[in-house]
Amino acid sequence: MSFRTFLRHLREGAKSIFRNGWMSVASVTSIVVSLFILGVFMLLVMNVNALADKADSNVQINTYLNLNVDEALREKIRSEIETMPEVSSIKYVSKEDGMKELEESLGSEWLEGFSEEDQNPLPDAFEVSVIEPTTVGFVADKISALNEKYAEEPIMRVKYGEGTVETLFKITRTVRNIGFIFVAGLGLMSMFLISNTIRVTILARRREIGIMKLVGATNSFIRWPFFVEGALIGLVGSIVTVTLLFVGYGRLYAAAQTDMTLAKSLIPLGDLWLWLGGIIIVLGVAIGVWGSTMSIRKFLKV
Amino acid sequence: MIEMQDVWKTYPNGAHALQGVSVKINRNEFVYVVGPSGAGKSTFMKLIYREEVPTKGQISVNGFNIGKLKQRKIPYVRRNIGVVFQDYRLLPKLTAYENVAFAMEVIEAPQRIIKKRVMEVLELVGLKAKANREPSQLSGGEQQRIAIARAIVNNPSVIIADEPTGNLDPETSWEIMQLLDEINFRGTTIVMATHNKEIVNTMRKRVLAIERGQIVRDQLRGEYGYEF
Repeated sequence: MSFRTFLRHLREGAKSIFRNGWMSVASVTSIVVSLFILGVFMLLVMNVNALADKADSNVQINTYLNLNVDEALREKIRSEIETMPEVSSIKYVSKEDGMKELEESLGSEWLEGFSEEDQNPLPDAFEVSVIEPTTVGFVADKISALNEKYAEEPIMRVKYGEGTVETLFKITRTVRNIGFIFVAGLGLMSMFLISNTIRVTILARRREIGIMKLVGATNSFIRWPFFVEGALIGLVGSIVTVTLLFVGYGRLYAAAQTDMTLAKSLIPLGDLWLWLGGIIIVLGVAIGVWGSTMSIRKFLKV
Repeated sequence: MIEMQDVWKTYPNGAHALQGVSVKINRNEFVYVVGPSGAGKSTFMKLIYREEVPTKGQISVNGFNIGKLKQRKIPYVRRNIGVVFQDYRLLPKLTAYENVAFAMEVIEAPQRIIKKRVMEVLELVGLKAKANREPSQLSGGEQQRIAIARAIVNNPSVIIADEPTGNLDPETSWEIMQLLDEINFRGTTIVMATHNKEIVNTMRKRVLAIERGQIVRDQLRGEYGYEF
């Protein structure tokens, strides 16, 4: 195909979008609706996945020590915990470190009056991580049992998200699976929707195709402008979708910043725009091209 | 040029449109195809430009075996056959010029040549002045001239015209016939199906009469021969 012919196909494809007016608007709209739902689910799945990953890596046992525990005893307990086979690491967090961490996550204005040396109400603590997240309960019990070994009862409290961790695992897994099924189903549905819309477009132009064949156009010559038209409709539809999704998610993200727990758990737009935008645009164009190729096939037989 | 040997065409619904037709049409001939409605005239025409394939028998057009033609070769055979219909079949949203140029764009002719040739052909059919009008702004006769211009623009060796005057008044019909006669005079074979008794009897050419799927009469300088 010569370059001039290629330009002609591009021109014809673009022209026919305008020529078909409302039909093109309908096609673009159906792409936008399907891809938008798809995009919302993708965002949901991505965020839930990120949350689940965070929860996975966050499973740690906070062991708070009683105030009467001196350095020697502290070291003894540290080595006791460290030698447990299920434990992967242990980190000592002094009361001063604990205060710093709290300041970082809450902001210092919340903690005014507590941060001075003798005002710090926090106990010294160990952060214990386990190799297998599902063993947290078992390890926590083992650590609590250390109180029976030492007369001083050095452990004040052992804390891990009892129950909540386990249920979170279960919920995230379910949401992830259902999300994937939904995304696959919706993708298929939008494909059929679009191929139908383009089929109607082509039906309206049966006459034109018939005349082209009559005067000796090759099949590929006939197919190209429709191919371009489908791709352009897909491109326009997916760009509109991506814009809507980004603006919407941006708003949601901004609104979430006022809430402390939400702010930390949402993925910032900057981390996912390329991925999400890329997938939706590629999918939109592919759906448009696929729809137009499928629909024109049967008109080229004669 | 066009040769049929014992051609049969049976449609999927069981109708025998053609039953053992054998005929030879030479280069530069002008042939009327006459006969009652449903006798098989249209099928006869469609077989020539490969809209239909024969159930049995052989058809050759310009040396191509039409029945055995590979799908991807059909466009190239069609470029050598111009087709004109009763209902013109112009694209409504294109101008007269664009409708004719369309046939050349499709075969990927250079723009420069398209411009020159389309104007030439529009002049031949007498519509150069109305090149920028859309079909809806033209009369029936003018639309048919545009359709004829489109059919001849790629210099085909044969024109297939299926009742080209069927929708036109007698005076306009004559103008169209003079145009076709002129094109034939310039060296293009013309095969024309018609119900127009007056035209056939006045402008004497070869006549093929088809009845019940068979050629019942083949006369040089023949007559229409039916009373309707």
